[in-house]
Amino acid sequence: MFDILAYPFMQYALVAGILVGFLASYYGVFVVQRGLSFLGDGLAHAAFGGVALGILLSVQPLWIAVPFTIIVAIGITWVRNRTRLASDTVIGIFFALSMALGVVFLYLKTGYSVDAFNYLFGSILAVTPTDLAVIAVVTAATLCTIPLWGRWAYATFDREMGLVGRLPVFFDDYLISVLIAVTVVVSVKVVGIVLVAAFLVIPAATGRIMARTFAGMTSYSMVIGILTALVGLLASFRLNIPSGATIVITQGIIFAALMLLTKQGPRLGEPARTERGGA
Amino acid sequence: MQALEVEKLSVRFGEQYILHDVTCGVGEGAFLAVVGPNGAGKTTFLKVLLGLVKPASGKVLVHGKSPQEMEPKWLGYVPQVKTLDRSFPALAIELVVSGLRGRWPGRIKPGERKTAIKALEQVDAAQLAHRALNSLSGGELQRIYLACGTVRKPRLIVMDEPATGIDMVAQKTLYQILEDYRKENKSTVVMVTHDWGVANHHASAVLIINREMIAFGLPGQVLTNENLARAYGHAGHPMTPIIE
Repeated sequence: MFDILAYPFMQYALVAGILVGFLASYYGVFVVQRGLSFLGDGLAHAAFGGVALGILLSVQPLWIAVPFTIIVAIGITWVRNRTRLASDTVIGIFFALSMALGVVFLYLKTGYSVDAFNYLFGSILAVTPTDLAVIAVVTAATLCTIPLWGRWAYATFDREMGLVGRLPVFFDDYLISVLIAVTVVVSVKVVGIVLVAAFLVIPAATGRIMARTFAGMTSYSMVIGILTALVGLLASFRLNIPSGATIVITQGIIFAALMLLTKQGPRLGEPARTERGGA
Repeated sequence: MQALEVEKLSVRFGEQYILHDVTCGVGEGAFLAVVGPNGAGKTTFLKVLLGLVKPASGKVLVHGKSPQEMEPKWLGYVPQVKTLDRSFPALAIELVVSGLRGRWPGRIKPGERKTAIKALEQVDAAQLAHRALNSLSGGELQRIYLACGTVRKPRLIVMDEPATGIDMVAQKTLYQILEDYRKENKSTVVMVTHDWGVANHHASAVLIINREMIAFGLPGQVLTNENLARAYGHAGHPMTPIIE
């Protein structure tokens, strides 16, 4: 079992998997509770545009994908706050635009690119020490923001109460969007652009059905995110199948099992019971 | 010093006036009911007091300070229960502690727990402390929100249609709790309501608006057929003890 840990690429992949599992599942609780599940998809496709530009320019794709995705994340948040358009509409616009740019960039690059395939579907073989260093920096930055969990959670519960409490709600919208963007970009090597959104959503959704409190949801989400990344990576190596897909299938199985085993309350979004004769 | 001073307040979104030339003022411990039809600018008026909307012109002072300068602990905000995101996993006591901290609590400290339970006792809801918010009825939830809004003993409590979505018995309990709290703590209450009867029975001052100020004064003086007809376009209402 542990013989595979002798391979340096597997060591990189496991450490990257644990860190990315932590990052995505931590931010995932805000993504899920703010109704931004589609944001992960939008930013992943923005990352595709950035990766494609990096490949076209023959630059390490990560160096282009990170700023490209951050700009898209800021653009989504800015347009969402400035217009009355629904979040999914704004994300849909940026999603399509980034994807279209990515397609054009790849078309302009002559010759087949293995790199693009690795980014699309994720590959544990593709995780380099540089990738690992970037993931470690993002993890360190995230650990520094943990004291902000309380104010982010408060504004997630009720944005207006956050504003009345004089919290920097708009600044935090941008901060969270940028951190999610960076998490998405650094996760694509392990999970792949196509599946990275699930990495943000499934552990948090599983945490939600298990927990009665937001702190509990955050803890469960992180444990599930880290464990499924580990189990998924090991299974992917043993079965010789793509890493990202294996992790997401593992998460899906755990979600389904816990959903069936956990006693569910009223349907989310509906009152448990109504007032006598009232609404 | 007045607890609340509003002078020639106007709010504009683009070219359109949402509020125009509103003037009113109440002392400490007053209960101001803000009455008007849908779209009259009542919620905008509350948002100005909360410091969330900046006036286009005019003066607004709460205990001598502009809303933006006010310390958050002075303000108790009680939103409508229908705004609750029922998918958010939370216990009643966490909501009350969030009112105390101004942040969402992870681990609740013993001192915070004691203060929150006391606030819940005051609204007759201590038994609900460890219930999930999404399992509470509208009336129960409104009392939890009231405990959250009052836990820091604010000088100004702002309530946006607190009776929406709760039955008559729960409404009566809510107003009684609010009145007891106000008398005990000398806090000023500003409440938006659709119910002229509640304004007449509980408020010490009433402001009637419909984009502009229709009337301001004692309930018995301003809740007249004439003023209500000006605000609503008619004066008939099933719960209206209108002063002829």
